[in-house]
Parts: sequence; C-alpha cells; structure tokens
Amino acid sequence: MPSAPVLEVRGLTVEYLTSAGPVRAVEDFDLDVHAGEFVGVVGESGCGKSTMLFGIAQLLSPPAEISAGSVHFRGRDLVTMTARELAATRWRDLSVVMQSAMNALNPVAQLGDQFADAMRAHGERSKQVIRERSEEVLALVGIDTVHLKSYPHQLSGGMRQRAMIAMALLFSPDLVIMDEPTSALDVVAQRSLMMQIKQLQRQLGFAVLFVTHDMSLVSHFSDRLVVMYAAKAVEIGPTREVFAAPGHPYTQGLLDAFPSIRGPRLPLTGIPGSPPNLLRPPTGCRFAPRCPKRFEMCDLAPELYQAGASLAACHLHAPAAKEAAR
Amino acid sequence: MIHGPIEGAPLIEARGLTRHFKVGGAIARKTLHAVDDLDFTIRDREIVALVGESGSGKSTVARLLARVYRPTAGEIYYQGRPLSSFRSRRDLLTYRSDVPMVFQDPFASLNPAYRVSHGIMRGLALHRPDIPRNRRREEAEKIVARLGLDAAGDVLDRFPYELSGGQRQRIGFAQALAYRPRLIVADEPVSMLDVSVRIGLLNLMAGLRDEQGVSILYITHDIASARYIADRVMVMYAGHLVETGPVEEVLQAPKHPYTQLLLEAVPDPRAPLGTESVDQGEPPRVVDPSPGCRFRWRCPLAVDVCSRITPELVELSTGHAAACHVAAAREGQGDAAVSGTRP
Repeated sequence: MPSAPVLEVRGLTVEYLTSAGPVRAVEDFDLDVHAGEFVGVVGESGCGKSTMLFGIAQLLSPPAEISAGSVHFRGRDLVTMTARELAATRWRDLSVVMQSAMNALNPVAQLGDQFADAMRAHGERSKQVIRERSEEVLALVGIDTVHLKSYPHQLSGGMRQRAMIAMALLFSPDLVIMDEPTSALDVVAQRSLMMQIKQLQRQLGFAVLFVTHDMSLVSHFSDRLVVMYAAKAVEIGPTREVFAAPGHPYTQGLLDAFPSIRGPRLPLTGIPGSPPNLLRPPTGCRFAPRCPKRFEMCDLAPELYQAGASLAACHLHAPAAKEAAR
Repeated sequence: MIHGPIEGAPLIEARGLTRHFKVGGAIARKTLHAVDDLDFTIRDREIVALVGESGSGKSTVARLLARVYRPTAGEIYYQGRPLSSFRSRRDLLTYRSDVPMVFQDPFASLNPAYRVSHGIMRGLALHRPDIPRNRRREEAEKIVARLGLDAAGDVLDRFPYELSGGQRQRIGFAQALAYRPRLIVADEPVSMLDVSVRIGLLNLMAGLRDEQGVSILYITHDIASARYIADRVMVMYAGHLVETGPVEEVLQAPKHPYTQLLLEAVPDPRAPLGTESVDQGEPPRVVDPSPGCRFRWRCPLAVDVCSRITPELVELSTGHAAACHVAAAREGQGDAAVSGTRP
C-alpha cells in the first residue's frame, strides 16, 4: 500500500440541529485513504454515510454542521479552510460525483458549456485548451465527443453518470468522492460503469471514496471496505477479507441478507428490527438490540478491535472477551 | 349479470396483450410500444417474477392487470373470463378485491393524513360485506398480526410517518390482504427498502403463497430476489417477453442472450468477477420500433433474420421458452433462415 494518505479523517462528527435537539449523524469517524486506493463505504439508509461524504467535501449546509474532528486532504485541514481556499481545491484536486446526475447537471446548458464553466472557474482561459480537455475526458468515459453539444436530457441515465464522471476528471484530481453514482442505473449499465471507474482509476491513479448501500456492488472493486451503522464505523478492513470473514455481526447480517443467483437456494433471515433513532441512540453498542450474539458487555460502547485482518467495533473481539472465552 | 369462473381456466391469462402510448407533439406524433403482444399465464398458488430493466414495460403490465390502463390490443382473462366483459359494479369490485396491487414506494402509497388502520378498514368495508362493522377492527388486527407487525392494535393507530419503511410496506400488504385476494400484483415492493429488512418482506410473500394460497406477480429488476421466492420467471425486454420458464432452469441455463447478459451483470460477492463485457446498458428503442428482434442492437449473436422477423416465444424444453432465432436454431426448433450471415 502507498505510504502517505491523501485523505486523513480524524474524529469527524456531524450534527443536525433539530428542534428536538442535536442529532449526531456521523460520530467520531476515522478514515485514511491512500493515493490510488478505492475505499468503499457501505451502510443502510440513515446510517450517515452520505452525511459523512458531505462532511469530508465540506458540502454540508445548515442545519448540519461539523461539530468536531478534522479532514486533512494532502496535509491541509479542509474543515478550517476558508471558502476561497476550498473553491481553489475543489474540482482541481478533489471532485465529487453525486447520486443523481439528472439533478447535478444543469438541464438548460450543453455539456460542453458546463465543462468549460468548471475550467474557467479554475483560471483556464484558452478556448482551445478547454475544448481539447473536454473532448479528452468525454472520450475517456466512452462518450462520443459530439455530445459536448448535447443537453443532459438528450443522454441516457448511464451516459449522464458517465458525463458527470468525465467532468470530475477535468483536472486529474487526487481524490474522487462518489455518492451512489450507479443507484439509478440498471444492473447491466451499473456493471459497465463500475468497470469503467475501476479502469480509469488504474489508468489515472486517483483515489476513490465510494459510498453505496449495496455491499455486493463494491465487492470486486474496492480495496478496503468501511461498514457504517447508526452514525459509526463498525468494521474497516480489506474488502475480500471482510467478505470472507466478517468481524462484526452487523456485517455478517448484511452479507446474509443478499440472496444469490448461484449455488443452493437457502432460506435467509435478514436482520430483525430496524436501525435506532439517532435522536436517542441506545447506550452501549448501537447494534445490540438487533444482534444475535449480544452479551453482558454490550451495554458498554465497543471500540474498534482487531478482528482477523479487519477492525471491528464489537466486544466479541475485545482482548478481554477473547481471554474469557479461552 | 355475474358469471362464475370457468372450470380449469388459469387464474390469469394474457393473450396478445399490447399497450401503446402516443408521444411527441401534434406534428411529430410517435407511438411508444410499452408492451407488445404478450402471452402469459399465472396459476393458483404461484409466485411469478417479471424481471427486466427500467423501461422494459414491466410496470405497464402491472397497470394493465390492475386495470389502470386498458390494453391497446389483446385481452386479459381472469379465471377464463375476458376483463373487457367486466362491466357491472359488482364484477369490477370483485376483480379489484381479487387482484389488488402493492406499490413500490411505501412512503408515497399510504395516505399521510390517516392512521394506518384507515386503508385496511376501507378495504374491509368495501370488499368484505361478510364482516359486520363492529368486527372490522378485530379483523384488521388479525391481518396486521399475520404480517409480523408486533402489538397489532398499537400499529393500527399510528400514522405512516411513525413507521419504518419495512413496516409501511407490510401495511401495504395488509391492505391487499384485507380483500382476501387471489393474486397480488407487487410492483418492486422491496426495492426501496434496506437490505436488512428486504428478506423479511420476501419471506412474507413466500408465506402468503404457501399458507394462504395467494398468487403473486412479483415485478422486480433484482433477479437474485426473484430466484429467492419465485416459482417461475418471465424476462422482459423492450416490451417483449424474451424468456419464460421455471426460475431455476432459466437462471442455470438461460437461453436468450439478454437473460445471459442480465445474469452476468448481477454483482455477486461469492463469485469471481465475470469477463469484461462491452455492453454499456443502453436503453432499448421502443418508439416506433422497426420489425425484428429489439435486442439485436446489443446482441452478440445477432444474424440477418433478427432484423427482419420478430422472434416469438418458442418452447425449448418443458415450460421453458425463449424468443430468439439463434437459440431456437441451436435447440433444433428454428427454421433454416437463421443459418444466414451476420448483418
């Protein structure tokens, strides 16, 4: 693995200020992303995964705010940067691909104009350079360059997402943040887009932070996996190892919730119950009320413990529990 | 006038079912072929999965069955009787209570202004005259309990916003069940739910079939979940049925190249990554389509005849049919025309 992390998140906490009190959507979140690495973040709706991404990209707007923590990108803390400094960094070094390209692209402007807009905002004046670079990135994602003259509605859903990715690559960023970019696509288009992202990443060497609710989607594409539950990271580890030997019962539950199209048809159970209300999260382990392996220790909040090749926030892996089991 | 069901007729039979939509302005009038010439049956006590990508016409089929749309051509037979002959209020009420629908979005399909008991009680009042007014509440509680919602009485008095997505979708099924249905048309009932609660709903649907004998048309883009609960599967592409058959047979030995592409694209952490395919998943062309197979633009096997003649479903083994000239020729069922050159 490459040495210095491009992105270093420490203790990131994001709160939504509601009339009923602050809701912690992301709590004490740590993450390193190294150069050229593909990190997948999975979790169910409401677990805080998108809020976490927005917190990293400094795109939160009230009532959400970062109440603690730091986000170091190439050594500088994004949280304390001024708007002007952020504007210079965003898109040039760090770009974001949103969930719905239909809402992220301007419906009344041609793709080429939107690309040019982004480049001009970063000081590019030469029309020729702008045109050449726009054609280059569009070709990278497999779209015919005639579509620089197209409006978003003239493209299919898959092409719009590709165009968004092309736009994110205008300046060869070090990190591309992706928030469920394939969720509006069919399986065939989804697979094709994932393949393309992976190929571009290998070719251009940028790091990817990829959020999704579909664990199986990133199973073949991400180097490392972060599993989030109720605002916290509950498991972090190399993707293949997490799939082969999940350390946290929630990860195991998620894996057991996907029917397979191959192998024997087995009855599955899913995870009983539903995620907690973050306004009043359970004390102790937040997954305990739904956990099949719950025991006395779970009344206390677990830390991240080493579990095989991964880190899991579960008392089953606490040194004390392992000692007792012996 | 009321006719009883015709003996031995399947629960639902569609013949030549077609639905077109007019699109474009007054000058450039075009026809969108959402559903073209579908033949299928749904029998008692079976879950039939209808799978396909968005725009394939699967939701249009659901709406045709629910009589939201009238067919442009063709006919749906319910227990042997053509739906177009259902005219009296009583016939229509009976059909609606026998074939209710469950929608995709449990956040939009429940009225936010009413407690969840409202929809269930309305259904009971309309469709279950055998239950007197003072027993309806009791019946509603029984139904809700059957769907695995705890503290049935309490849930009924809540408002939809107080329930989780999984609970809401259970209420959607409770409303359908209140009618004592024969067939539930479920249009993507679990796609908006989190993975951890999806399986619970799928198990519930399988239970309805096994314990109550209800048939379900399960419309989905998720072929793995179709395999999990369905008995038979129908694969739709661009308004046509391209492959039908017992679910295990279709998944283990898909005949149509589209089904093969679809299966290959399903992300599966337990299997190695499939070979790289050049297919980018472009949407099908269904506005004023030319004759011929609608998958031919994307098909790796396409030959001459595919752009001239629209393939029909041909049974290749018992109960397993595919609409593909090449597959039919391979199985010795096609005509000689297929052995032509590639276009």
